[in-house]
Order: sequence, then C-alpha cells, then structure tokens
Amino acid sequence: MGRYFKDIFDSVWTILLGMKVTIKHFMGRNKTLQYPNERWTLPERSRMRLFNKIEDCIGCGQCVRACPVDCIYMTTEKRGKDELPIYASDGTPIKLRVTQFDIDMSLCCYCNLCTYPCPTHCLLMTQEYEFAVYSKQEFLYRFAKDKPLAPPKPVHHASHAAPVQ
Amino acid sequence: MDAIFVWLSGNIAAYARLPESLQRLIPMVLACLICLTAALLFVLMATWGERKIAAHMQDRLGPMRVGGWHGWAQPLADGVKLLLKEDIIPAEADRFLFRMAPVLVFVGGFAAFAVIPFTSSFIAADLNIGILYAVAITALGVVGIIMAGWSSNNKYALYGGMRAAAQIVSYEIPSVLAILTVIIHVGSLSMQEIVLAQQGGVWNWFLFRNPFTFLAFFVYFLASLAEVNRTPFDIPEAESELVAGYHTEYSGMRFAFFYLAEYANMLLVSCIATTLFLGGWSGFLSQPLLPGAFLFLIKAMFLVFVQMWLRWTLPRLRVDQLLHMCWKVLLPIAFVLVMGSGILALK
Repeated sequence: MGRYFKDIFDSVWTILLGMKVTIKHFMGRNKTLQYPNERWTLPERSRMRLFNKIEDCIGCGQCVRACPVDCIYMTTEKRGKDELPIYASDGTPIKLRVTQFDIDMSLCCYCNLCTYPCPTHCLLMTQEYEFAVYSKQEFLYRFAKDKPLAPPKPVHHASHAAPVQ
Repeated sequence: MDAIFVWLSGNIAAYARLPESLQRLIPMVLACLICLTAALLFVLMATWGERKIAAHMQDRLGPMRVGGWHGWAQPLADGVKLLLKEDIIPAEADRFLFRMAPVLVFVGGFAAFAVIPFTSSFIAADLNIGILYAVAITALGVVGIIMAGWSSNNKYALYGGMRAAAQIVSYEIPSVLAILTVIIHVGSLSMQEIVLAQQGGVWNWFLFRNPFTFLAFFVYFLASLAEVNRTPFDIPEAESELVAGYHTEYSGMRFAFFYLAEYANMLLVSCIATTLFLGGWSGFLSQPLLPGAFLFLIKAMFLVFVQMWLRWTLPRLRVDQLLHMCWKVLLPIAFVLVMGSGILALK
C-alpha cells in the first residue's frame, strides 16, 4: 500500500520536473538561424568559390599544374615586342596574353593548392558559397578578357571537354 | 440565447411580427453560429499556437514564413491545402459510415458548447441538466471514432478505434466522478448555477474550496486529457504504432474534420474544467475588474496551454499503463474524493 502511494507521488513529482524542463526551454532563447535572412559569419580562411583577378594574372600556369583535379583550363599567347608593356599590381611585367582562364567549379575539390603558387596573388578563394545553378555547364567560370589574335586551337582534356568561346 | 432574443425583440421591429416558432429559431441559429465561429477561430489559433509552443519547447521557431509576422497565416494555408487535397475513399471501405464518421466526431464535440456559460448572459442553452448533457453528448464522439475505424477496413484504423473505445469509456468514469464532487456542493447540474456558486474571489472557486475538490480538479484534468486523446494518452492515434490510428485512411477535408474535432474538444474540456473548478466567468477578486467572457477565455486558454505543455513534455503511455492508471489509480482516488466531498457537504 505504501508502495502504491509512493508510485503516485513519484509520477506526479517527475511529471512536474519534466514540465519544469520544457517550460525553461519554452522561455529560453531558440537556436534557429533564419538562413536566407541571416547568415553565419564564415571563418576567415574559409574555402568557397575561386576567383581570378585577371588584370593581375601573368599567365604563368602554376595553378594549372598545382590543381590535383585539373579543373583550371588556361591558354596563353605571347604579347608582341611592339605592344605597350603592362604590369601586374605588384609590378611583375605581364608578358603573356591570357586568352582563356576557365575554372570548372563542378570539378573543384576546394583544396586551395592553386592559390599558394600564384606569384601575383591574383587567384584566391572567395567567401561566396551560394552558387547553385540549373545546368552543369554554368559551373564553368570564365575569367579571361583578352581575345586571342589567332583563332583558338581546340583544347583537349582527358576528363572534360571544355567549351571554347 | 435569451439575451439575443431580448436584444432582437427590443431593437428590430420586424422581428416581433414574425411567427412564434421563427422568433424562437433565429436566436438559436445565431447562438449556434457564434459558437461555431468562435470554435473555428480557436482551432485556427490553436493549431498555430501548438506548433509554436512545440517549437519553442524544442528550441526551434516553428512556422515563420506564411503571412509575415511569425507565420500567423500558417493555419489558413494549411486549411486551403486540406480543402484542395483529393478526397480518397478506399475501395473496400463502408462508404456511408466512412462519410458519416468525421461529421459525428465533430458534432459530438461541438454540440456540447451549447451549455458552456461564456458570460453571465451568453450561454446558448442554460439546461438544468447542463453538465450531464455535456458529458453525454461528448460520448457521441466515441461512436464516430469507432465508425471511422471500422468503416476504413484497415487493421490499423480498427486498432485505433478499439483503443479509443477502451480508453474513452474507461476515463469517462473518473471524469464523471470528479464532476460529481462539485455537483454535490452546488446541488444543481446547471452550468450557470455552478458558476454562481463560485462567486466572490479565488477562494470560492471549487479548485480551492476544499482538498477534495482540489484533487478532483486534477483527476478531471487527467481524465479529460485521455478523453480527448491528447498525449500522453494519444494511443488511439499513436503514430509510431498505428500509422495514424482511426483516421489513417482519411484525407483532405474529412481528415481536417477529425483535426477540427480534436482541437474543439480540447477547448471544450478546458471550458468545462474552467466552469466547474476555476469559477467560469467570475473574477479573481470579489469585485470583477475584467469582463466575464475575457476572464473565462483566459482561464480556458491557460488550460489549453497546459494541455499542450504536457503533450511536449511526456511520452505516450502503453495501453496497459493507460488502463492501469484509469482503473487502479484515478478511479479509487475519485471514489474517495466523492465520499469526502459528500461528507463535507453534509455539514
């Protein structure tokens, strides 16, 4: 009989304890981040979409060689002797015309290896992470502004046929 | 209803020239419409409120998009969705019973609002057997639930219906006994007279009148939770065991009616508990400062909140635990309360 009343008392007491927990959470702050309206501040060195500041690119091709998944496609041609000498923002003379600088972000593995060898620090990881697109072709980001003097030779890649402008 | 009748005959000249039967009918229809609108508004508010309360108890936000401010239009969007959904009746179902069941469930819950005294004057019908009527008519809902379970021709639906029958019929007994402890003191079954017996401040409410009615309130609250199939007593629709219980096969607006009935019943049992134990429309002090309808709704809404609070606190009981609690715990306690209350009333 004592057990019976103790059980009733225990159940009432534990229900009250449970209600205390839930009301505490009810009154407390919620932990939801209302995503499209508010965002996390990203860590300083987060690795998101690649960006090339093409004005500073000297066309050395070190990033192409560093890329473990071969997602950077670059073609260059020599600038003529008689053309006006141009320089990158750190003073490095630009001797090659970069006619194609394409990065396929659908292949990129975000390892950041391409940005280290860049002598003019023009290739960098941005904090841009919302770049979903409707077709896979739109993941190919084209940075080159210079047009080639001669019609471009078709570029062949083992894994990926990059469309050429 | 009488207040509406008096107002109509006093203010509208044409009303007095109508035949006697119409003069009686119009206030009835009006009172019914007011109750229905209030109940539906409450359901809209409560579905939103329940989602919000659930979310905040789990450190979430709940609906935040529809309608701008904290997703207030979410229940409207849900209602439109349910209206537009396909109305499926299983091929093997008993079509007539299948169609009737949601209506019966809703009517059972809604008809009892007729005897709820929202204010000293607004009560659709102040029957002299008010509380008996309320208890009897809400039992109609069980028939609807069994009909839904049976006519669906689905084993989970039938399980849900059978469980509902076992549960609601069992819990009717402690709840009626808890109501009796109050009736003994009032000496009347009329809802309005029960409220009138509790005038004059908090200490005259039956909740604080004597220890027996104090405990009877909790017995009634628990039993009424079980009667309206709320967690932790929601085994008739236990989604982890029975898909959805008796409304497994329902979709669209028929499903919405079950949903509507569940929330209307929540409000109903809160209103009955308010009337019986929390003084109904009477104020907290001996001189009421706030209008009666407001006080009544505040008390009822608080009880609804506690129902939701319990839902998001406690896990569901097993069937045997549920019946154990009814027959071996609540029922003996309720009998002791009735006897003790009776002895106190003798003096």
